[in-house]
Amino acid sequence: MNSSYILRRVGYGLVLMLGVVVLNFLLIRLAPGDPAMVIAGEMGGATEEMLESIREEYGLNKPLVVQLGIYVGNVLQGNLGESFFFNQPVASLIAQRIGPTILLVITAQILSILIGVFLGVIAARKPNGVMSGFVSVFATIGYAVPVFWTGIMLIILFASVFPIFPVEGMQSVRLRGADVFTKTLDIAHHLILPAFTLAIIYLAQYARLSRASMLEVLGSDYIRTARAKGAAEKTVLFKHALRNAALPILTVAGLQFGNLISGALLVETVFNWPGMGRLAFDSILRRDYPTIMGVLFFASAMVVVANILTDISYRWADPRLRGKS
Amino acid sequence: MTDTPDYKAESPAREAWRMFRRNVPALVGVVILSFIVLATLYGTFFYAGDPYNVVWAPHERPGVTPEFPLGTDYLGRDILAGMLTGGGPTLAVGAAAAAITMVIGITLGSLAGFYGGWVDNLLMRITEFFQVLPALLFAMVLVTLFSPSLWTIAIAIGVVSWPQTARLTRAEFLRIKELEYVTAARAIGARNKRIIWKVILPNAMPPLIVSATLTIGIAILFEAGLSFLGLGDPNVMSWGLMIGANRDYILDAWWPVTFPGLAIFFTVFAVSLIGDGLNDAFNPKLRER
Repeated sequence: MNSSYILRRVGYGLVLMLGVVVLNFLLIRLAPGDPAMVIAGEMGGATEEMLESIREEYGLNKPLVVQLGIYVGNVLQGNLGESFFFNQPVASLIAQRIGPTILLVITAQILSILIGVFLGVIAARKPNGVMSGFVSVFATIGYAVPVFWTGIMLIILFASVFPIFPVEGMQSVRLRGADVFTKTLDIAHHLILPAFTLAIIYLAQYARLSRASMLEVLGSDYIRTARAKGAAEKTVLFKHALRNAALPILTVAGLQFGNLISGALLVETVFNWPGMGRLAFDSILRRDYPTIMGVLFFASAMVVVANILTDISYRWADPRLRGKS
Repeated sequence: MTDTPDYKAESPAREAWRMFRRNVPALVGVVILSFIVLATLYGTFFYAGDPYNVVWAPHERPGVTPEFPLGTDYLGRDILAGMLTGGGPTLAVGAAAAAITMVIGITLGSLAGFYGGWVDNLLMRITEFFQVLPALLFAMVLVTLFSPSLWTIAIAIGVVSWPQTARLTRAEFLRIKELEYVTAARAIGARNKRIIWKVILPNAMPPLIVSATLTIGIAILFEAGLSFLGLGDPNVMSWGLMIGANRDYILDAWWPVTFPGLAIFFTVFAVSLIGDGLNDAFNPKLRER
């Protein structure tokens, strides 16, 4: 793999992000009403001086192109505007929330890939067996359940029937002064239900996909060779076959990342998880547009980064693509 | 009707229908979906109730009072009445959003696939750009900026969901435009517009129909998610809204959130069974001769 490919890929990612900035700008301008009012948050509490200072800062009296220039310039300097509700820069608001979201999304991604692929591999061993039927029924069900409803059902189940997992928030208040180890365990404990809720939909898809992919690979000659030379079934399945069946799974994992973030938004709201989704939801109810646009920007940036990482790992996993540009 | 061996070739659509008819899960899907659609269309005819009115004590359990078979919610509103009225908007928005998705996706995808070159490049860059935006978040922003109504919600869902359809259409066009009958159509002097709409598109339809079905399912889940968050049309009862309105009381009463959720689940489940059935029916590899 060459570094010029990575550089080009990162460059393209930056262009996409610039596109998101321009889109944010256009959305605020396209919204009905005075943009200064929109930015101030339509709370009715905006004084004329406040509006005037917003107009000044964003150059709203100047031509549209100049306004765009000012906006892009601000974003490039890390200034995503000011949240008038929190009276804080949007960038620092998001900095506080991005960690929990990344933790939730990545845990869900890992959970769904590990369990999904495992189920798929088991199912592929017997294409018409019970496990195969289970995987395809489970995949259809997993696709059809609204993720926020799964969360609510799990909350009901684990709050009143089996109270073994916390159903709200990320940390217990009573552990405020505890040591790092206890705190980490506490967060992991809180993470179980939200991460599992989010993982269920994708888990089902990975199971179905890896079953199909494995079935294709298991029919090939080198698998017969591996079996003929007496390799153990486990080795054949997980070493010879899965390695080759992994590429489509990797592709889908990359493509799913955006959907995963959308799902996280709902899951965070249901479980009161203190992440960006929760922030976006609260800001939308308050019509705090600078914050909403900031979240849109950062969430898109996460997707761009995930896509770049997928492309790079794809090239790393598939030797045929190495060295090509 | 008997399947007699026929020397005439069966039309692809008839053949697909013959396959679909034998697919038990797909037929189950058709039955469930028909039931839900009929219930939302004509249910209020048999069960007259106002979903907005407080008619009874709050949190009446289902099955206790015969007048309210599914119980009442936190305000004392009839849940069954809400279920019957709330399905219409959900299904309508789902269908409209899927139609918008298909129109945008098929138009852009076919232009990109057919013309190639810079058109393809430009359209695919736009598609990639839209795939970077987390769909639900973007839809939330659109709905809030342009005030929620059933139409803005449907348009917002369409605007965020078309990239997949565009990619699929493009791939089909790239494949089909190299086939001989397209060359033949060109040879007899057909114009581009005619080749796109009358020659390639009909042949690209099978996977697009399957994708349209799945898009309806996704659009319904989207609508439910937006309404759940309270970003739907505030004046219209919907399944998602019922769940959202009752979510602060889930530990006191499970039924106000469970029933609407089951309704959403069964609708999307039925739609995806139908989608899978269509997929198998159109797949020549699975057809027995």
